[in-house]
Amino acid sequence: MITFDTAPARYRHWRLQVDGRIATLTLDVDEDAGLKPGYKLKLNSYDLGVDIELHDAIQRIRFEHPQVATVVLTSGKDRMFCAGANIYMLGTSSHAWKVNFCKFTNETRNGMEDSSRHDGLKFVAALNGTTAGGGYEVALACDEILLVDDRSTVVSLPEVPLLGVLPGTGGLTRVVDKRKVRRDLADLFCTSQDGVRADRAKEWGLIDGSAAPANFPALVAGRASALAEASIRPADAKGIALNPLNRTIDEAGYHYTHVDVAFDRAGRAATLTVRGPAEGGPETAEAIHAAGDGWWPLAMARELDDAILMLRTNENDLGLLVIKTEGSVQAVLKAGAVMEALKEDWLVRETIGFLRRTFARLDVSSRSLYAVIDQGSCFAGLLFELALAADRSYMLALPDGEENAPEIALDAFNFGLLPMVNGTSRLATRFIGTPDKVDILRSRNGAFFTAEDAVREGLVTVAPDDIDWEDEIRLALEERASLSPDALTGLEASLRFPGAETVETKVFGRLSAWQNWVFYRPNSTGERGALKLFGSGSKPQFNWERV
Amino acid sequence: MAINYQERIPNNVDLGSNRTLQRALEHWQPEFLNWWQDMGPTDFQARDVYLRTATSVDAKGWATYGHVRMPEYRWGIFLADRNPDRKVGFGDEFGKDVWQQVPGEHRSTLRRLIVTQGDTEPASVEQQRLLGHTAPSLYDLRNLFQVNVEEGRHLWAMVYLLHAYFGRDGREEAEELLQRHSGDSDKPRILGTFNEPISDWLSFFMFTYFTDRDGKYQLKSLAESSFDPLARTCQFMLTEEAHHMFVGDTGIARVVRRTIEVMKEIGSDDPEAVRRAGAVDLPTLQKYINFWFSSALDLFGADQSSNAASYFANGLKGRPDETSYEDHIARDQTYDLEVPDGQGGVRLDQIPLRNAMNEVSRASYVKDCEIGVVRWNRLLQKAGYDHRLVLPSPRFRRTIGSWANVPTDTTGKPISAAEFVARQGEWLPTDQDRGFIASLMKGVYEPGKMAGWIAPPDRGINAQPVDYEYVRGN
Repeated sequence: MITFDTAPARYRHWRLQVDGRIATLTLDVDEDAGLKPGYKLKLNSYDLGVDIELHDAIQRIRFEHPQVATVVLTSGKDRMFCAGANIYMLGTSSHAWKVNFCKFTNETRNGMEDSSRHDGLKFVAALNGTTAGGGYEVALACDEILLVDDRSTVVSLPEVPLLGVLPGTGGLTRVVDKRKVRRDLADLFCTSQDGVRADRAKEWGLIDGSAAPANFPALVAGRASALAEASIRPADAKGIALNPLNRTIDEAGYHYTHVDVAFDRAGRAATLTVRGPAEGGPETAEAIHAAGDGWWPLAMARELDDAILMLRTNENDLGLLVIKTEGSVQAVLKAGAVMEALKEDWLVRETIGFLRRTFARLDVSSRSLYAVIDQGSCFAGLLFELALAADRSYMLALPDGEENAPEIALDAFNFGLLPMVNGTSRLATRFIGTPDKVDILRSRNGAFFTAEDAVREGLVTVAPDDIDWEDEIRLALEERASLSPDALTGLEASLRFPGAETVETKVFGRLSAWQNWVFYRPNSTGERGALKLFGSGSKPQFNWERV
Repeated sequence: MAINYQERIPNNVDLGSNRTLQRALEHWQPEFLNWWQDMGPTDFQARDVYLRTATSVDAKGWATYGHVRMPEYRWGIFLADRNPDRKVGFGDEFGKDVWQQVPGEHRSTLRRLIVTQGDTEPASVEQQRLLGHTAPSLYDLRNLFQVNVEEGRHLWAMVYLLHAYFGRDGREEAEELLQRHSGDSDKPRILGTFNEPISDWLSFFMFTYFTDRDGKYQLKSLAESSFDPLARTCQFMLTEEAHHMFVGDTGIARVVRRTIEVMKEIGSDDPEAVRRAGAVDLPTLQKYINFWFSSALDLFGADQSSNAASYFANGLKGRPDETSYEDHIARDQTYDLEVPDGQGGVRLDQIPLRNAMNEVSRASYVKDCEIGVVRWNRLLQKAGYDHRLVLPSPRFRRTIGSWANVPTDTTGKPISAAEFVARQGEWLPTDQDRGFIASLMKGVYEPGKMAGWIAPPDRGINAQPVDYEYVRGN
């Protein structure tokens, strides 16, 4: 079983060094410490284990080192920044593993851009050696890319000519969409095994600056400081500790303080339950800081994030997630109101950022998501985002006057505090054809909706009454679980992001369409495919038919 | 084809009939000469040096000798004659016609191979540029410069290929070959070893014996290439390279011979006494062998290499003396590779032969290195000394491959890192040893005279006497 638990003292591949406003993350991969047997992580190449550490390090910078405004990514190896994802790892991995690996690395990179865009955490890629494939893609996720100019060092995206696959973590999209490299030059660049040296890389817009080795540290330090100056991250704040999660794993599922996952193997489903906050949570910044990682919004986000990752990596057969909540609608709204009021406080802002990224992870899960809103649930405000992220929602309708009828409620979290990767709220995305609806609902901010209201307003999909409820739910789950998992993944990915594209939606869209298609074609992974044969000394044999 | 010396760039490739290529190379020529003036041998550019210049690619009589100033040396482009029936000799394309043009699919790989090889040629000239000041004799000074101008010519050979066959990228790479400089931390040479200065003549002899011999094996591998112009270029370079190794082989032999003479004179083989008498003691010589042999082994690359496998599969780079092997496809064969077992021992791993091609070349190289060692030991034996020089185990002090950073003693037995640190002074030149060797380095420029730490050669160059004035104008 793979877990995502780690901490700086246990890193095998990265060194985290904090110096005032600047943190330096140094990639120095231990080639014998791959996550799985069968490959060596040579030339600073990476596997999921290396990226789990990167993800952890960035998360700790966000919360444990709030004074850090710029993160410098560089390498501890001589004349080698990073050779990208390890090819032998890819060559020996299952299709599902490759896809999940790419998805996680994508999310980590998107998360860097998310923190830069919203929360003032800036990233500088200090490429002090040869940078290929995924190594350049992590640089592309940074705010600035600096490359050493020693007349030998190159950046490249050699996946197509070398391996017969695509750059898997947004390289193609970011080259043309983010960096606006002219597309014919991008075509040259992405079909060259050797890549380009600093002068041409600068000319084409692949990097932002370069310097000879002797001047390189000064260039990096200068750009890191300049970016830090514009940052909204507080220079004098004290961080909070991210302690190990309180999690037990057993045959029944994953159990956390605020989140629970119950497996239903026979039904190929899992029930994910999120518990709302207790009454009387902290209402001041001081109290929130004192609560630290025990503060409900942060603790819940960490657990939910971990549960999504654990399910995704370890439980491929559980194709349907039934999402439930438990607790008090008022308490969730209260917690949300406190966060909204204190959102300029760094810890609150970072927690909102974390929730934003966690819900985004849910949006791109290749699992069917059903929200089930029943008695005792608390789908309000930020927790209603769970229902909005779902492919369908079912809400129990009880006769008028019945006690404990489930209710939902909206607050600021639903109207822009937690945008999806397409840049708009889930609510606005949901009502893309009727934008007025969002304004009408905004006027009912804080109001409670019964099942009948919610269906009328389009906030839930179906509202069976208590006579039909159990059958409806059972049939809906069984029916979903019987459909082709591949077709569902494609269907859901297509329906979840209507409207305009962003770099992130393109990255995920391209990944789940083109890259997964290429991964599955014999030209890459067949017995005579390029990825399969890489390094074996045999030439790939392509089927030349263009499809 | 005869070499045309009427042109600015001597050549046997009918350069005159390709005006664009000729113009491109004529444009590169002054840049090369500037580089030679800036980075070539210091302070000796105005001297007349007795050099050989290639005048044909015939096995017999390919060179003429005469005094020439180095900047006026006729660097040219010479390829071995073309064999119109030559076929691909190994790999997946075995038996098909060789390529007279670079196939598009191999463009970047071939370019990288040529650039990497080409980068070492000027690098060694740069590494050796100060040695003229401490030459042990005019004979040796001349040999140094002969090696230098021929390394320069080898650069020309690679640059010709880049210009003639690789389009704009090739031309840019040719420029870069003059922009990177050995030891320049801002623009270093590609391979690490070629950034270390060679500051004494014992190191120079070791370099020409061990490092140039790696060059020989790389050239032998490339001489098998299916890209015919590369193969023909390398075949002729090998003719010149032989002299470089001769310089190393006989240089070390002359050091041994002088040490024997001194040991006889003083009636002692005590290293300290030998040093006091101004000769190189045998333990120090052994340390230099340990250092240079182990560093040259790394130049062959990793012992399990995906690059080596794909070079072989694609017919780009074969095994040295590929024809001596029975099976040129090598697809389903394995190679027994010695790797550390992680518990202080050695384990045999069976790996696909194609992935082991670097190791195959390295093994041939090690055998070739033994030949000189046997010769040097014969001198010791004849003189009645029991001391023997040996090559260290190929596992010793490696930084590339399975044995990288696995500490071993010189017999290849894995030891602890602490023991290695404690004992490395027994095996590798210490600062004190290097200081001693440096103290011996005094220029001797009187014809026929030798520095006190080296014996005269058996014979001179091109049947000239040893006391011939090989470098004039001192």
